[in-house]
Amino acid sequence: MSALQQSFKSMMDWVDARLPVTETYEKHLSKYYAPKNFNFWYFFGILSVVVLVNQLLTGIWLTMSYVPTADGAFASVEYIMRDVEYGWMLRYMHSTGASAFFLVVYLHMFRGLAYGSYQKPRELIWILGMLIYVALMAEGFFGYLLPWGNMSFWAGQVIVSLAGAIPFVGDALATWVRGDFNISGITLNRFFALHVVLIPLVLIVLVFLHILALHEVGSNNPDGVDIKKTVDEDGKPLDSIPFHPHYTIGHDLPAIVAFLFFFCIVMFYYPDGGGYLIEHPNYETANPLKTPDLIAPVWYYTPFYSMLRAATFPLFGLDAKFWGLVVMVGAIALPVVLPWLDKSPVKSIRYKGWGSKIFLTLFIVSFFILGYLGVQHPTPVRTLVAQLCTAIYFSYFLLMPWYTSVEKTKPVPERVTMP
Amino acid sequence: MNKKPMNRHAMNIKKILLAVLIIVPGFTFAAGGETPISLDAMEPNLKDQASLQRGAKTYLNYCMGCHSLKYQRYQRTADDLGIPVDLMMEHMVFDSSAKIGSLMDNTLSVDHAKQWFGSAPPDLTMYTMLKGGPEYLYTYMRVFYEDKTRPFGVNNLLFENVGMPHALVELQGLQRKVCKQIPRLAKNGGEMRDPLTGDPITTEQCGHDLLQRGFSPLELVEGTGSLTPEEYDQVIYDLANFLYYTVDPSRLDRERIGIYVLLFLAFFFVFTWLLGREYTKEFH
Repeated sequence: MSALQQSFKSMMDWVDARLPVTETYEKHLSKYYAPKNFNFWYFFGILSVVVLVNQLLTGIWLTMSYVPTADGAFASVEYIMRDVEYGWMLRYMHSTGASAFFLVVYLHMFRGLAYGSYQKPRELIWILGMLIYVALMAEGFFGYLLPWGNMSFWAGQVIVSLAGAIPFVGDALATWVRGDFNISGITLNRFFALHVVLIPLVLIVLVFLHILALHEVGSNNPDGVDIKKTVDEDGKPLDSIPFHPHYTIGHDLPAIVAFLFFFCIVMFYYPDGGGYLIEHPNYETANPLKTPDLIAPVWYYTPFYSMLRAATFPLFGLDAKFWGLVVMVGAIALPVVLPWLDKSPVKSIRYKGWGSKIFLTLFIVSFFILGYLGVQHPTPVRTLVAQLCTAIYFSYFLLMPWYTSVEKTKPVPERVTMP
Repeated sequence: MNKKPMNRHAMNIKKILLAVLIIVPGFTFAAGGETPISLDAMEPNLKDQASLQRGAKTYLNYCMGCHSLKYQRYQRTADDLGIPVDLMMEHMVFDSSAKIGSLMDNTLSVDHAKQWFGSAPPDLTMYTMLKGGPEYLYTYMRVFYEDKTRPFGVNNLLFENVGMPHALVELQGLQRKVCKQIPRLAKNGGEMRDPLTGDPITTEQCGHDLLQRGFSPLELVEGTGSLTPEEYDQVIYDLANFLYYTVDPSRLDRERIGIYVLLFLAFFFVFTWLLGREYTKEFH
């Protein structure tokens, strides 16, 4: 051992005696044994972290020039776009990043659904993940008001007024959320505080816990095989490989670069996404007297917006708007209990029966259709289709105890199968 | 929706779902409201500096009095359009209090504007994208016509009963709404022809009927404008092009830098992939 290595080791010993740096590094990276049969679908966790970091960093720099007042917000965004050096790049990285965040998170969630990653013993990982998703929706919603464009204003108006559909307390609640009788500078100020301080903190804590819980029980894999059943003499699972550097550099780094490539195509060449990432009415400042032709949320909320609009009839003396809210909140909350709905003895869709395969496919298709309908003007036929798709969405979850227990599953192999 | 139609529809649910599955991917997305007339196509060209300069000149001479560009600065415009600062100050900045670094605002008061026009003229910095693209403005500025019932004596085919006067009437001249003889259509959709002479059989149509058949209901009154229709179209093209530039003045920069970023990432990917391959060998 050279003198340099000697002194490094004694320095690390000193630190480790006071702070478990080496232990943490080993537990979470170099001796975190991940199944070696990860495939394409396992990129989206790390990509979510990449996008989170992008949002945090660009967000901090945007805050340096953004003015969170009704008079100054819209102009300050244009100031960032024109007068701040590379301000346009910061802003487009942030606005494209918002969509990218939802894209990778949806794909990450789909992976969880397909391979049964929510099943025992990973229930808490799934619940923490769902909480991250809800926090992310809130973060996106609060952030969407900040440019103070006309669509920002009216989207905020529509969503906050949903609270008004709650019987008895609704109107008071909506006023309390806005801090005013209308969306105003006061609302903008508080949404700014929530968007840049509270929700990011919550997100970071939840992501930390999500990863901590994952590393406690270990990762699932496309076969849903428990790799800890077959271990070598050191207790290391035979079908595993250390997360670092084999996955980080071998698997994830090229994927991150490839992801950035596609991200940059959008960011540099289609930052407004043809009016779907930055909507046309947002090219003028908020105007309470001018309602846009079509108020539609950004694509990542549209499936839920469709479900909200799909409730068109009053029930039990409560009006349709309230039931729309119930359906929407239910659609977001229901997946939380997924670990207890799945009665299947196997995890992965590879070994589940036809029931699971059909319902998962229908679920994904209906989610896409709902997403599409959410940006369209409602017509009677579209509303009917949205109602059907809403029913499919819910039946995927609510019928799961039935179809996962009656279907015939395939035998799960002892060891993982390599892609 | 009540219960009965739902039940009736429920029988067709499978068919509808199937139809949706087939149709959805074929839909092209089109954001924005419907317009009373179809928009004329124009392809903006931000690399055509001469066009942008002419557009800026038209804007500052004819539009700026009422329509501010308050998010854009003179300096930025001069730099991006290749106009020397002294020429810009001398010939294009008419506000004596403005410096080259000033925002391109005007002094029209909102209250006065509301009295004069019914509503305040909008800021146009990002107007073309507010309307989904420069085609709207390109069309709008070419379809003013004489209408004595309106306060300024003109109306607009695209924006009915607009409060704005035709600011460029001295260039374009006055257009009138006319009726035209156009070919009559047969039941099969083809043009009717005289069976003896083979000449088309025409019928007089006006206004929206003309528009529906793809004919313009407007006709220029000879000698009222200083430009030919082609010259005027070019002026409006340049103007729309300039206002497309002001939406996002960094666009050309962005698209230029993007190439280098993508090339770097593609190049970098090869190396990360080769490096990654060394590590993933141990997987097997």
